[in-house]
Amino acid sequence: MTRSLWMIFRWPLLIAVVSSVGLVSALLGDGVWDALSWAALGIPATGLSAWCLRPLLRRGGSLGKPNILDKIGL
Amino acid sequence: MAAPPYLRRWAWVHKWSSLICTVFLILIFLTGLPLIFHEEIDDWLEPPHYVELPASTPRVSFDRLVSEARRVYPGYIVTSVFADDDEPQVYVWLAPSWGQYLDKPRTRRFVRFDARTGAVLDQSQPLGARRISFIGVMLRLHMDMFAGLPGALFMGSMGLLFVIAIVSGAVLYGPFMKKLDFGTVRVERGRRLKWLDLHNLLGIVTLAWALVVGATGVMNELASPLFALWRQTDVQTVLAPWREQPTPPPVEWIGVDAVYAAASKAVPGMVLTSATFPGSPFGSSHHFLLWAKGDEPLTSRLFSPVLVDARTGAALVVHMPWYLRALELSRPLHFGDYGGLPLKIIWALLTVITIVVLGSGIYLWLKKPAGAQVKARKSGDAKEAIV
Repeated sequence: MTRSLWMIFRWPLLIAVVSSVGLVSALLGDGVWDALSWAALGIPATGLSAWCLRPLLRRGGSLGKPNILDKIGL
Repeated sequence: MAAPPYLRRWAWVHKWSSLICTVFLILIFLTGLPLIFHEEIDDWLEPPHYVELPASTPRVSFDRLVSEARRVYPGYIVTSVFADDDEPQVYVWLAPSWGQYLDKPRTRRFVRFDARTGAVLDQSQPLGARRISFIGVMLRLHMDMFAGLPGALFMGSMGLLFVIAIVSGAVLYGPFMKKLDFGTVRVERGRRLKWLDLHNLLGIVTLAWALVVGATGVMNELASPLFALWRQTDVQTVLAPWREQPTPPPVEWIGVDAVYAAASKAVPGMVLTSATFPGSPFGSSHHFLLWAKGDEPLTSRLFSPVLVDARTGAALVVHMPWYLRALELSRPLHFGDYGGLPLKIIWALLTVITIVVLGSGIYLWLKKPAGAQVKARKSGDAKEAIV
């Protein structure tokens, strides 16, 4: 199946928009604005990146061999 | 089916823009990591000691600090005063003359005062005894590799290549992902394919941040030329009536406190930080040049220059062009110092991820399988052709 441009770029686009909100919000004010920035930029910096790197944690990486990460649904 | 020609061109752009800049970018990102935390590191290496005084303690007169600094360095002229708005300290900078100030920056001296007691906290070490701090070394490696303006322009062009590499990488991401779901990492078909997927995925996830930090970094490298352009245009227009007149002798100047008071009236509600003295090649022969900034999170990043006539105290606010406003806004967006420690930690994490993207890019280029170009043409996988 070939994916459309929208299908390919919808997640990257959403991540870019959320990151941009994070980049700008801390400039606009302190307190809540800073917290919004930490949440929005923290998504690509922590959770999302950890999710991207999850295959590195798999031993061997051979197909169909269950490991601990599969059991907890990662 | 072969990859369309436009994709081949983008692939060529991505390959060469990245290959040329990667080594320098790894240096830039590695030195950038400690720079994110420069305040914390400086405070840790040299903890500031201030006597405990009530917050309402008034600041000592600038005139008193200036004459004290002249006493410390007799025969020197005062070039500028810097009143910190973060810490209770005032720097008075001196030089043997304006000519020496320009030609031999090492002859510049400073005296650091406690802004509330007027006590001397620190002064510049004699030549030879001066050591550049750890953060100072990191900053120079990051900015210009100790090569001044040519170094800054070189690093700026590396930053520009980085921006081009990001844009071309994002263009190639589309065709590459035609048959894959977002987030796919193919682990079972060898190490190279796994790292190819990770390179693309981490690159696209951190795209917005990397693009902003790259573009604002380029902007920061242009600071000197942009300020020079402004001095030759907007500042020259304002100073035209005084162009032919010599600098009045210091005895005719109004005091530094009177200068700050006059400037404060011209920009009410703003915080005045530094004052450059008359005669400066970076200011005016007849005026003190002061910098005022706002006190809100955003306006504290935007400075207004105020010229105060050294004899009459008449104040003029100079126009700031759009390119200097853009430069001012690009500073926080590059340094990541505008949202407290959590934002700095996020900045550091994104820096590390970007180093992984750069490193994996080199790995993919080195490990390019023999005949990949031919295979790629056959399979139509444009991305395979480039890495």
